Amino acid sequence: MSFSVTAPSPAARWIAGLLVALYAIVTLLPLAWIIATGFKSPADAIAYPPKVLFEPSLEGYVNLFTTRTRIAEADFAALPPPGTWYEEIVRDQGMVIAGPSRYGERFLNSVIIGFGSTALCMVLGTAAAYAFSRFRVPLKDDLMFFILSTRMMPPIAVAIPIFLMFRQIGLNDTHLGMILLYTAVNLSLSVWLLKGFIDEIPVEYEEAALIDGYTRFQAFRKVVLPQAATGIASTAIFCLIFAWNEYAFAVLLTSGTAQTAPPFIPTIIGTGGKDWPAVAAGATIFLVPVMVFTILLRKHLLRGITFGAVRK
Amino acid sequence: MTHAPMEKLARATPRPVARRISGLSDRAIAWIFVAPSIFLLLAVNIFPLIWTVRLSFTDYRVNRPNRDVEWVGLRNYERILTDDGIWATMQATAHFLIWTLVLQVLIGFALAFLINRKFRGSDLWTTAIVLPMMLSPAVVGNFWTFLYQPQIGLFNYAIGFLTGADPASFSMIGDVALAPWAIIIADTWMWTPFVMLICLAGLRSIPESIYEAAECDRASKWRQFWTITIPMALPFLMLAVLFRGIENFKMFDLVVQLTGGGPGNTTTLTSIDLKREAFERWRTGYSSAYAVILFVTVFGLASIYVKALNKVKER
Repeated sequence: MSFSVTAPSPAARWIAGLLVALYAIVTLLPLAWIIATGFKSPADAIAYPPKVLFEPSLEGYVNLFTTRTRIAEADFAALPPPGTWYEEIVRDQGMVIAGPSRYGERFLNSVIIGFGSTALCMVLGTAAAYAFSRFRVPLKDDLMFFILSTRMMPPIAVAIPIFLMFRQIGLNDTHLGMILLYTAVNLSLSVWLLKGFIDEIPVEYEEAALIDGYTRFQAFRKVVLPQAATGIASTAIFCLIFAWNEYAFAVLLTSGTAQTAPPFIPTIIGTGGKDWPAVAAGATIFLVPVMVFTILLRKHLLRGITFGAVRK
Repeated sequence: MTHAPMEKLARATPRPVARRISGLSDRAIAWIFVAPSIFLLLAVNIFPLIWTVRLSFTDYRVNRPNRDVEWVGLRNYERILTDDGIWATMQATAHFLIWTLVLQVLIGFALAFLINRKFRGSDLWTTAIVLPMMLSPAVVGNFWTFLYQPQIGLFNYAIGFLTGADPASFSMIGDVALAPWAIIIADTWMWTPFVMLICLAGLRSIPESIYEAAECDRASKWRQFWTITIPMALPFLMLAVLFRGIENFKMFDLVVQLTGGGPGNTTTLTSIDLKREAFERWRTGYSSAYAVILFVTVFGLASIYVKALNKVKER
């Protein structure tokens, strides 16, 4: 025990802990409910009172990944017994599998666009941040203001001319178009964050490298990059989460080939009313990776979330 | 290594010469490093902005590309500023903005204050609280419609359980009076952690020695809170309000999935209205003017606010 006049008393700590834990549990309920609903049968999902204990079912997940149809009763009776467990689940609903749903494609699009834009943003952002940190670049002081002002525009407002521009050059509804767009949206904040990380690396290291005969570029690659790796990684995660979650541009600029998961998941409907277990299953698969990431990398994420305010 | 002879030569020569031989000048490197970023930002951020301003003076419609485009001067702006519907939208946005800020600042600061007591396991609980804000607002917003279902929804059930009201007797999304609160509750649930994190940073930046000095002067805890904690954390609080204010002024994904702007127009925030004008009614010129007005509004408000913020910081 340290003797400090300002440290909170054990009782105060206890009460604080209790209140925070209470808030955390309440705030996690909707998330727990999403995950639980994904494993409910449709009847259990809409039961009253809401069911906390239920018999787990994979119907939601099967419905998420398949499209199903009803066939004539005679044909249905004449079918051979179901060959797989998921066929059996569909048969129990009185239907047959017609084919795969689009969820897999949409999820893959989210992966391609998310990782593609993050990679591009890191390449461009690290280079620009290094230049801003080490050289005299005109407009340097306006950077923060510029970042703030690009964030002020509602995405819908920017989407109008981007829609026109993309249509003109054939980038509408393409992976490349979305990657470029998300890169641009993330870039200003990334440069800001990365500059902070690179500022912390002592210039002396590079100067030593330069005296040793490294070129500027070699010094950047072999001295600065390894030192900034943690900063780059945490900025990258931040960009990835933005691109992963983005909805407004995705819903306006993509409809078919390049549509990502966020605009797709809300459109999942079942036969006769919304298929909530399937929606919840789709949401779970989409959200859980981010939750895991957040828990594993909490220390590194905080700086990105608070736009570097934590550091100052 | 192919560089080896080059490096040997470079090491043998004085530095400036070495650099000229074995690499580009700093100036060239600076340009090569910055140019691609600038180019992309110009192409995807600045150019569209200029185009929007240009379109805002025309009657262009995306869905009729063959029609002649006419310059209409300031007529779009005039029509927007005199439109009653837009003022209703602005009011809905203001209601949403003010209440989310008030709730998020109060709850966020309280949580940060409690977490700063450094009790056992505070890291774990902080991470748990942060989770909602990391998730996709559209996907989560869509699921909140399920939580808000009369009778079967978890939210209605919880309210019924706590207050004794019949969970089937009210619909958060379908009711004109309740829908504005439905979006405020969901947004507060999602974004309070953000305010909390910034407040926590603020509280942690206050040096312990100030409290120790106050303790020596026998200042009460209550007095310490109002004369040390609040003033020192204020710039951070204001920063949180700025970020949340800008974000919620643009709010689209969460609300459009939750209520779609309804019932009626009660939760039609400006972004949702703008989306309807631009991508459903296809009034491109008109909606461009709308976008410019929104941008100028945020920009103006934010500039005034940043000035105030800087004054607080200087104190």
